[in-house]
Amino acid sequence: MTRLTDRIFGLVTILVAFMYIMSATQIQASFLSDPVGSKTFPIIVAVVAVICGGVMILRPDAEPDWPEGYTLLSIAISVALLIGYSYALKPVGFLIPTAVVAGAISYQISPRPRFAALAGIGLSIGLFVLFKFILGLGLSGLPKGMGL
Amino acid sequence: MDIFSNLAMGFEIAFSPWTLFLAVIGCFLGTIIGALPGLGPSNGVAIMIPLTFTLGLDATAALVLLTSIYYGAMYGGRISSILLNIPGDEPALMTTLDGYPMAKQGRAGDALVISGVASFVGALLATIGLAFLAPMLSRIAYQFGPAEYFALYLLAFSTLGGISSNNQAKAALASCFGLMIAMIGLDPNSGMPRLTGGNLHLMDGVDFLVAIVGLFAVSEVFFFIESHGKSGALGVKLDKVTVPWRDIWETKWTMLRSSVLGFIAGVLPGAGASLGSFLTYMMEKSIAGEKGGFGKGAVKGVAAPEAGNNAAAGGALVPMLTLGVPGSGTTAVLLAVLMTLNITPGPTLFTDRPDVVWGLIASLLISNFVLLAMNVPMVKIFVKILQVPPAVLMPGVTMISFVGIYSLTGSYFDLLLVVGFGVMGYVLRKLDIPTVPVIMGILLGNAMEKSLRDAMVLSDGDWTYLFGSSISTGLIVAAVLGFIAPIFLRRFLTKPQRVSD
Repeated sequence: MTRLTDRIFGLVTILVAFMYIMSATQIQASFLSDPVGSKTFPIIVAVVAVICGGVMILRPDAEPDWPEGYTLLSIAISVALLIGYSYALKPVGFLIPTAVVAGAISYQISPRPRFAALAGIGLSIGLFVLFKFILGLGLSGLPKGMGL
Repeated sequence: MDIFSNLAMGFEIAFSPWTLFLAVIGCFLGTIIGALPGLGPSNGVAIMIPLTFTLGLDATAALVLLTSIYYGAMYGGRISSILLNIPGDEPALMTTLDGYPMAKQGRAGDALVISGVASFVGALLATIGLAFLAPMLSRIAYQFGPAEYFALYLLAFSTLGGISSNNQAKAALASCFGLMIAMIGLDPNSGMPRLTGGNLHLMDGVDFLVAIVGLFAVSEVFFFIESHGKSGALGVKLDKVTVPWRDIWETKWTMLRSSVLGFIAGVLPGAGASLGSFLTYMMEKSIAGEKGGFGKGAVKGVAAPEAGNNAAAGGALVPMLTLGVPGSGTTAVLLAVLMTLNITPGPTLFTDRPDVVWGLIASLLISNFVLLAMNVPMVKIFVKILQVPPAVLMPGVTMISFVGIYSLTGSYFDLLLVVGFGVMGYVLRKLDIPTVPVIMGILLGNAMEKSLRDAMVLSDGDWTYLFGSSISTGLIVAAVLGFIAPIFLRRFLTKPQRVSD
């Protein structure tokens, strides 16, 4: 079995679309009804998606060149960091998470530790000044209760 | 003629010092955004939208700022295409075909000036075309009922894959993803939540800005991590920049032809700028024939796609403003701008908010002259910007994206969605599935469903109503043809591949 990526993606698409259809059939009808209703359009779209997924399984394109080993790990680490950043931004403030995450992403793109650390700190302070004092966004810089 | 009185009103708005200031700032920022490798018009404008809104500008001012960024990015995109062989977005690909070979032959300066002038000609003619065509089309658009709108959305989605995609099933799948995401949230007709999986954060639906920033900007970061920023090296040297008057004069017909063709391609809903630059390049290549030296650094090969590309960018504003159907990825982003500003594009826009429309058209005309002035004599400043290392640029882009979304919605959940869309964009682009239809689906999904449901209310559930008028039947036939034709045409129209070193 070659060209696995497209086939797997097609299969996943079909599964997701079926789940979507199942979920759409559960939509509660309301007293305000129209001939089409809330379910029809989502179901039509999901059926088209199932057909497209089927075409991808039957007629897959050539395999994309996926990154391997270390590169894949770098991307996974970056995703994890960005998820952490999403949770941290509100309670911890802008400066510290931004310096850490920007530095880490910089390191993943070009592995020079000192450069990455400087890039992280520089971006964090520079963007904070830009957002807070020049553009006037309501952004807190430090953890709650520590000023700024 | 009322077009002149309208334009006079537009210029009155555009020439106010504040609007003028915003237009100049927008042009400058836009050119920088376009020139930076890895940022193009669509993701550049995408990350600027949330920031612009948090600044609290009024509708006209925000629109002028963002559209001049958009026009500026179209100009700036050619700088990285020509000097680095990195197209900022899909339409800019055609400029690399002859622009980069020209730069390698030591004519980088000439290529930049010629493409700058070509961009100017294309964009100027297209803006004039927009001023004439849009009011006319908006009068036709008054005859559009829900059935016609549904057919029009169908046409936009089916031609979106068009020749710019390699696989019709994948393009259609991308549209389906977008539409499926758009359905999440409260049902606009009944007010009941649907497809939220019980998640309270999804009750309001998925914000299209979140999707745009994730799919266009954050996914780019993952590509840079994958390539370790290797593609960012300046390949050619730029010496003195002089104006090659002879070349410009010799390409005058090329520029004019390409502008007209590009504008027409841009006006077609769903087709857009990629088609414009592709068609103009192929047209000039076949007119020049073997002796033209296309692909080896032909001057016309630089002028044609740039004029076509910028003309299409202007042309794409016609269906976007009059019908609310964007013609390309970047106009989809601009539609997002309008929707965030609570401006509903459509025929009524021209009568209800003439200040917005004509102010916009007038400031586009002004922006063009500003951009020509910035991009020809001052091009060296922007070339310096190319030297920003990706290891600083890309973390910066990520952080700006996150802060923009955060200051707009204040929700950690939306940031998580941005990451999710970023990963999705990376996987989709790896699989050669276009991301623009996903955005279009999210933007237009609810309007498309509503037009279908309204049509069925009018006809009391009779599906043949969709073929009730000649306009809607014509649009549906065009949609089917537009989807099927590329499958057969693809054999004859192979896309030129990127030049490699």
